[in-house]
Amino acid sequence: MTAEDVASVLPERAAAERLALTLAGVSKVFGRGPAAVHALDKVSLTVAAGEFVCLVGASGCGKSTLLSLVAGLDQPTGGTIDVAGGARPGLMFQEPALFPWLTVAGNVGLPLRLRKVPRAERAVRVSALLRTVHLAEFGKRRPHQLSGGMRQRVAMARTLALDTPVLLMDEPFGALDAMTRDILHDEIERIWQERALTVLFVTHNVREAARLGDRIVLLSSRPGRVVADWRVEVPRPRRIDSPEIAAVAAEVTDRLREEVRRHGR
Amino acid sequence: MAADTLSGLDALDLAGRESGGSTLSRVWAATWPKVLALAFVLGIWQVVYWSGWREPWVLPEPREVFADLARATATADFWHAIATTLRRGLVGFALAAGIGLVLGAAVARVAPLRAALGSAITALQTMPSIAWFPLAILLFQISENAILFVVVLGAAPSIANGVISGVDYVPPLLLRAGRNFGARGLALYRYVVAPASLPAIVSGLKQGWAFAWRSLLAGELLVIIAHRPALGVRLQGLREQNDAVGVISTMIVIFVIGVLADTVFSYADRRLRRAWGLA
Repeated sequence: MTAEDVASVLPERAAAERLALTLAGVSKVFGRGPAAVHALDKVSLTVAAGEFVCLVGASGCGKSTLLSLVAGLDQPTGGTIDVAGGARPGLMFQEPALFPWLTVAGNVGLPLRLRKVPRAERAVRVSALLRTVHLAEFGKRRPHQLSGGMRQRVAMARTLALDTPVLLMDEPFGALDAMTRDILHDEIERIWQERALTVLFVTHNVREAARLGDRIVLLSSRPGRVVADWRVEVPRPRRIDSPEIAAVAAEVTDRLREEVRRHGR
Repeated sequence: MAADTLSGLDALDLAGRESGGSTLSRVWAATWPKVLALAFVLGIWQVVYWSGWREPWVLPEPREVFADLARATATADFWHAIATTLRRGLVGFALAAGIGLVLGAAVARVAPLRAALGSAITALQTMPSIAWFPLAILLFQISENAILFVVVLGAAPSIANGVISGVDYVPPLLLRAGRNFGARGLALYRYVVAPASLPAIVSGLKQGWAFAWRSLLAGELLVIIAHRPALGVRLQGLREQNDAVGVISTMIVIFVIGVLADTVFSYADRRLRRAWGLA
C-alpha cells in the first residue's frame, strides 16, 4: 500500500467519525538560511476521537518535534494544528520527568493544583488515579524510591490528572525492560479503553506500534513527511509475540528500511 | 492478571532498596574521624611545644590555651565579643542573601541583565574582600556600616551565582512537563524552577556564608570601634599585648563558630539532596 492509496481512503473514513486531531500541512524549520533544518515538511494527519495512532520512523524523522507542536510547547513554521474542543493534550516522555522534590502523590496532584482544584477533592482524585496505575500504597514515596516502570506509571497518572481526552506519548516505554514494557502495554491499552482516550504514540519499535495501534503512520526522515498509513486489523486483546502482530510489524519494517535506504544513496 | 504480575514486578524491583542503620551508629560513623583528626592536631601541637621550637610565651601548650579559654568564658567581655561578631555576621549575611537572591533571579531571567551583569558578578567574586576596606572606610568612616558594606559585597555574588546556576541547570524536560501541566510565567517559577534550583541555591548560601565570615573577621581587625568588643578586635588587642595564649584561644572560638555554621548548612544540603534523590 502506498501513501497515495491511503490518502484517498482515509479522509473519507475519518470524515464519518469525530476528529480529535487535525494536522494540515504542518512544517517545522529550525534555524535559517543554508543551515536551516527542515524537521517536518507539510505533514497532514487526522486522528479520530478514541483512536490509538502510532507514529514510527527512523531517527531524525521529527516524531518528537511533531508531538511538541501538537502539545503546544512549540509553534509550527507553517500549517495548522487543530485539537478538537481546544483541549490541551497531555504529554508523556521517554523519561518519567517526575519532580524529585514532590512525593508520588504530590506529582500526580500537581496538574490539579495548577487548576486550583481544592485540597480535599485533590486528595480523592489523586488516590483514584494512583489506584488506576496500581500504585495506591506508594503515594508517600519519593520518585527516586521507585523502579523505572513504577515511575513511568506515576507519570501516566500525572498526565491523566490533566483530564484531557488526547494523550501524546513520546516513546514512553523505550527505556524499560521487555517484561515491564509488555505489561505496561496491557495497562495503557486498558486505560485508553476505559477512558475513551485518543492517543498519538511515538515509537521506533515497530512491534510495539503493531501491538498497540489502531493505525500505524510512517514518517520519512529529513524532512519528516507522512509516507505510509496502515490500519492494524488484528483484534484486541493482542499479544506482542503473536504471528499476526509479527506479520504487521514485518510489513512496516520493510517499508521503513526502504525509507532508510533512500538516505544511503 | 496484569495487575498481579505488576505488583510482583514492583516487589522485586524494590527489594533491597531500603537502607538504614540506627541514628546512633550513623552519628558515630560521622564523628569518630573528626575526633581522630582533632586528637592528631593537638598531638602535633603538643610535640612542637615540647621540641622547644619557639619560646613558651610565643607558642604555649594546648593545656594552657584551654585553661585560658575556660577562664575567658567566665567574663562578660568574651560573650559580648561573640555576640557582636555574630550579630554583624548574621545581619550582613541576611542582607547579602536578600540582595543575592533578588539579583540572581533577575539576572537568570532577564537576558540583557545577564549580558550586562553576569560576568560582573563573577568578577566581583574574585576580588579579595579585604581590598574593599580602604574604600569602605573612606565611604563610611570607622563604623558598623563599613564592615557591613564589605561583608555584603563579599557574600552577595556567591549567593547570586548560586541562584543563576540553579536556574540554568533546571532540566529542560521538567520545564516541558511543567508547561504541559499548564504552569506558565510565575506559576512555572513557583512550582518548577524554584524547587528545582533549591539545591544549587543552598550551595550558594553556604559559600556566601563562608565569604561573609572571612570578610567580617578581616574587617574587625581593621575597623576597630572604641568600647565595642568583637572577636576580631579581641584578636588584635591580645596580639598587641603579646598574649599568644589569648590569641590562640580566640582563634579556637572563631574556628568553632565556623565549623558550627558549616554543619548547619551541610545538614540542610544533605537533607535536600536526600529528599531530591541526589544522594
